[in-house]
Amino acid sequence: MTSAVKDEKAPELRGFREVQSLAYACAEAVAARLEPGVTEREAARMQRDWLRERGVRDWFHLPFAWFGDRTAFAGFKVPLQFFPTNRKLEPGMPFILDMAPVYKGYTADIGYSGCLGLNPLHDKLLADLEVHRELILREARERRSLREIYEDVERLMIKQGYANRHRAYPFGVIAHKVDRVAERRWSPNVFGFGTQSLKGLMSDALHGHRDGWSPLWSPYRFSDHPPQPGLWAVEPHLGFRGTGAKFEEILVVTDSKDPEQSAFWLDDDLPHVRRWAEERVAA
Amino acid sequence: MNLGSLPGARERRVRTGGIELCVVELGDEQRPTVVLVHGYPDSKEVWTEVAKQLADQWHVVLYDVRGHGRSTAPKPLRGGFTLEKLTDDFLAVADAVSPDRPVHLVGHDWGSVQSWEFVTVKRTEGRIASFTSMSGPSLDHFGHWIKQRMTRPTPRRVGQLLGQGAKSWYVYMLHTPVLPELAWRGPLSKRWPKMLERLEKIPAGDYPTPSLPDDAAHGAWLYRDNVRARLSRPRTDAYAHVPVQLITPTGDIFLSEKLYDQLELWAPQLVRRTLDAKHWVPRTRPDQLAAWISEFVAANEAAKEDGRPVQDTAPTGAYADRFGGRLVLVTGAAGGIGRATAFAFAEAGARVVAVDRDAEGAARTAEMARLIGAPAAWGEAVDVSDEQAMEKLAEKVAAEYGIVDVLVNNAGIGLSGSFLDTTSEDWKNVLDVNLWGVIHGCRIFGRQMAERGQGGHIVNTASAAAYQPSRALPAYSTSKAAVLMLSECLRAELAERSIGVSAICPGIVNTNITATTHFAGADAAEEKRLRKRTSRLYGLRNYPPERVADAILKAVVRNQAVVPVTPEARGARLLSRFSPGALRGIARLKPPL
Repeated sequence: MTSAVKDEKAPELRGFREVQSLAYACAEAVAARLEPGVTEREAARMQRDWLRERGVRDWFHLPFAWFGDRTAFAGFKVPLQFFPTNRKLEPGMPFILDMAPVYKGYTADIGYSGCLGLNPLHDKLLADLEVHRELILREARERRSLREIYEDVERLMIKQGYANRHRAYPFGVIAHKVDRVAERRWSPNVFGFGTQSLKGLMSDALHGHRDGWSPLWSPYRFSDHPPQPGLWAVEPHLGFRGTGAKFEEILVVTDSKDPEQSAFWLDDDLPHVRRWAEERVAA
Repeated sequence: MNLGSLPGARERRVRTGGIELCVVELGDEQRPTVVLVHGYPDSKEVWTEVAKQLADQWHVVLYDVRGHGRSTAPKPLRGGFTLEKLTDDFLAVADAVSPDRPVHLVGHDWGSVQSWEFVTVKRTEGRIASFTSMSGPSLDHFGHWIKQRMTRPTPRRVGQLLGQGAKSWYVYMLHTPVLPELAWRGPLSKRWPKMLERLEKIPAGDYPTPSLPDDAAHGAWLYRDNVRARLSRPRTDAYAHVPVQLITPTGDIFLSEKLYDQLELWAPQLVRRTLDAKHWVPRTRPDQLAAWISEFVAANEAAKEDGRPVQDTAPTGAYADRFGGRLVLVTGAAGGIGRATAFAFAEAGARVVAVDRDAEGAARTAEMARLIGAPAAWGEAVDVSDEQAMEKLAEKVAAEYGIVDVLVNNAGIGLSGSFLDTTSEDWKNVLDVNLWGVIHGCRIFGRQMAERGQGGHIVNTASAAAYQPSRALPAYSTSKAAVLMLSECLRAELAERSIGVSAICPGIVNTNITATTHFAGADAAEEKRLRKRTSRLYGLRNYPPERVADAILKAVVRNQAVVPVTPEARGARLLSRFSPGALRGIARLKPPL
């Protein structure tokens, strides 16, 4: 990956792009099927089944679904609260679908925010995520330290009036590295995380520790280094009282000297990006 | 009625059941009709101020209840005031003023008691569109309320019974024959206006009218004809067939708030409001009543069109009953505690004016406030230390949005560093914002509130540093101590005008103040390091500004004087009272920076 550039010369990027769009297609398909009364567990199962039918056998993590004020992680203290509950979807409620399938040895980790019917507040949150996507890319290209970018994202959120909800994630991360995953016949899950992907993350952590970088993008000292070349699943998550919204997609970082090539979003043809473009046209 | 006090009023007489009712109309007859029913011992003039304000938007109708004001009395009086006959009167008035459209009903005191009858009996169905009730329960509901408490007397229920029993002393008095009439026709009616002025702070005007002795004497039969009969044998089918808005004054000396527990059972479409006031709210809080009545009528008219129940559109935040539709001004609203406070009020349905030096931030707060429930919100860019700018703001707010009901003087800046390092320029800056900002706010907006004479509340954000000395914050602590004392003095002065004043002392809260604090005696690099470090420490403490905002709303509702918020602020407050020496000892410690 270290010399990948943004064109079709990098066949492995195509693999990642493929699984990422598969995951977003799944999110859109499931979101279209959500209706009042569906529970988080049912929504998570719908995602799992949809992807299994299309050949997904392993996961970085199993699909999640959060409804209502759980999208803002209100009162989340322990990681178990991440798991889908029997919360039912109601009209006007926001929801987030989050899944990380492994497909043909490639991983994606995506987050899809939507709401059932009209919710102007949720629309606002989603619209305000656009500047975060731009900020992260710009600062990654400027080779700022990950911790600095994290702090700038958080500052922007506070300026917008929001709370930074990825603080509630494990280690408070805004992103983590993703990589190819060896395909094994038997790949069990531990607490919803695929062991093969965790193994990759662990080995990254081990190597990174030796070289002074970390596969987790956090507000802590171990993220005080410029972005490491590779693929990062970035997930800025806004919370505002009982409403939350996020996107999650893959940022490609390379060691190219050309700023354009040094960092770019893996794919610009994603639901949230299309949505912003449509809004601009409408405005 | 002295029609001079109601410009454009049209009077007419309505004949029904052998008597003649005096009916007055205001406003455009094409608009939906709002009927105002007065209580005891009043006449329709009790509504003058409310009616005037409602007339801009609605067709307003007032009438003197039989035996009151310029309406004639039944003969004989006994048996002439039953709820059935009062219902006849109401229907006659409604048919006369709005023959082909249901009317919106508003009742105060006995007006509300009889209106409950109107909205729970079959024969008025289709003639009433909505009902706003204040200080008058349904006698049937009241009867069931008593029965419930008599049959299963838990200590709490017995307490409620005894409490309301004591408040109802005048009801027993009115049941004695002849004596009440003698008293009213004698000395009582002469003293009555003064008593009202002293107890209720009712401003003088066209109320009470000279007919008071007769009104009060006749009205005694309202009680005698109905109370005993209904309380002993309450109707079991007294369900309201229209949406009801219940306005409960919290300081009512005649009726306990507990009377309306479980009212949802009787009135399925219920919106609750509470008002920090005494019994005669139509006289003491006309602006608020007019606003709530108007809002409720409009919501019901709209609901008729799109079919959504009214109470579903009401805000649901904490204390929504108290702050719905009220005007709240918050300074320093572009971030931190100010912004969180603006949002908390917005969730409760208040209209919000967000003021800050940072125009963009203030506008953003206003925009988000609208998204979470504020019916309206505005951002204003003003520096609170600038007196002229504050004067201008006050003029603009009064002219465009109305008089502020709740003022939160929250804007403040941080200043750290030893006294010897603090320059006079530093002193000036911090006092200008932290102290003068509050003084300007209290002086300019507080005066508007006092002049309106309909109560209100002022919240000043002080700090735990106000009573906790520290070698690191001499100037900041001084400014905040002054704010605390100012608030307590002002509280004493404004109490007689029903304006509450609270000082909030948050303590260490995770806000942006640390990132802009000036550190006296430090060069730019050192200041940056110190800002970062304090921000990190405050971040580790991680006490969210939202909880301070909750404390502010609670302080307004309970009219608390001084409110320390975080545990450390409460601890320091306790120490400052019982062991100030210990605090002085702590003050000598160097802060861990």
